[in-house]
Parts: sequence; structure tokens; C-alpha cells
Amino acid sequence: MIKIRYFARLREHLGTADEQMALTPEIRDLAALTEQLRRRGGVWSEAFGGEQSVMMAVNEEVADAAQPLRDGDEVAYFPPVTGG
Amino acid sequence: MRRSIRIQAEAFDPLEVAGDLHRDNPGVGAVVSFLGLMRDLNQGRRVLSMTLEHYPGMAEKALRRIVEEAAERWPLQAVSVVHRVGELRPQDPIVLVMVASSHRGDAFRACEFIIDFLKTRAPFWKKEQTEQGEHWVEARSNDLASELRWRARDDR
Repeated sequence: MIKIRYFARLREHLGTADEQMALTPEIRDLAALTEQLRRRGGVWSEAFGGEQSVMMAVNEEVADAAQPLRDGDEVAYFPPVTGG
Repeated sequence: MRRSIRIQAEAFDPLEVAGDLHRDNPGVGAVVSFLGLMRDLNQGRRVLSMTLEHYPGMAEKALRRIVEEAAERWPLQAVSVVHRVGELRPQDPIVLVMVASSHRGDAFRACEFIIDFLKTRAPFWKKEQTEQGEHWVEARSNDLASELRWRARDDR
């Protein structure tokens, strides 16, 4: 299983803060996971359709699409940061 | 190097943070700080309040890493970063970056470096409540430009 967390505008848009997902062989990296989420349709394809900039992290470190995923990973999706 | 990273919902007193930074450390010759406050006007809209969300765990980790990077670039005696989360009102302090060093040049540069990277790398998000409703604040391209500028600089 992996845990997926969503923050800020993305969390509100998707209507969910986090979920657990079984890690299948197809979900080998972040690119594959993102594509799987986008295929859910509706708000998911809007959020991950490329219109809006989405940042990703794995185990609390910023990661890019090529980042491989392992069982037990915590993945996070969020908009560009606006703190400070 | 003394370091303190705090993310909290409570208000903070910058003078208290300053005291903690150089107390019992006679090697400190300069303290430079950046204090970010909540404005009541953003992009022409009157802002009534603001909510700050963060990614607990990752936010602390990101701030620690930025502080370590600054400490690798400049000789620093102490660094303190305080960032608020939750509900904020105009004039509330949002963020404090305070850097102590033997000499002012290193402290000035390290302080600016830390706030520039905090703005683009630390997972915090602002939502503004205005008279026209609420909305998430958009990331600013000039914040990214401020971060990129450091890559080209070698004035350590």
C-alpha cells in the first residue's frame, strides 16, 4: 500500500485529503500513478490534466515524475507553494 | 551552529526570538532578520483574514534543509525560523527569519537566501478571505526568480 495526500487547492478540488492505494506493478513511478489518478475522470482529470501546475513529493521530499515508488511510500500532490 | 525551526499556530514575539539567538554567545557580532507581516491589501483586494495550511513533517524538513544550505554557504553562529499556520489577521507576523553571524555581510546574505528559498520550497499555502469571498493565493513568478538568482551567485 501507498498513502497519497493532497494539499490546499488540490485537496479542496478533489474533495479528499488522503487515501490508501494498493501498489500494483503498473504503478512503477510517479508518472504512472499520476496518469492513473487522471483517468478517474471529472475533477481528477481537471486536477491532473496539465492545466494547473502540480508539485509532487515522495516521503516528504520533492520528487519528479520519474521517481520510482515502493510499498509504504507516502506520496503528496500540492500546488506551487505560497508561504512566507 | 545554533538552529531553531518552529511552525506554530500561536503568535510569536520577534524580540524574544532575537534574545534566544545570541544569548551567551559572544561570537555573535551581527543579527539580521526578516519579518513577514500580513497585509490588508493584495492585488487590489481588501483582505480580511488569511488561513495558512502546511504539510506537517515535510515543512519542517524543508526549512531545516534550507537552513543547512545557508550554513554551508556562509559562516553563521545561529539561525531561527518561525512560521505561523492557521488563522491570521492583517498586521499579524507570518514568518520570521533571524540570522546571527560574526559579521553583518554573511548575516544579511544568509537571511535573504533563507527567505527566498522558503518562499519557493517550503510546503505552505495561503488562502485569503476577502470581501468578494475566499481564494487560494497564486504562486508568484518573481519569487521563483529570486530563488534562481542564487544559483548564479557566488557571493558567499
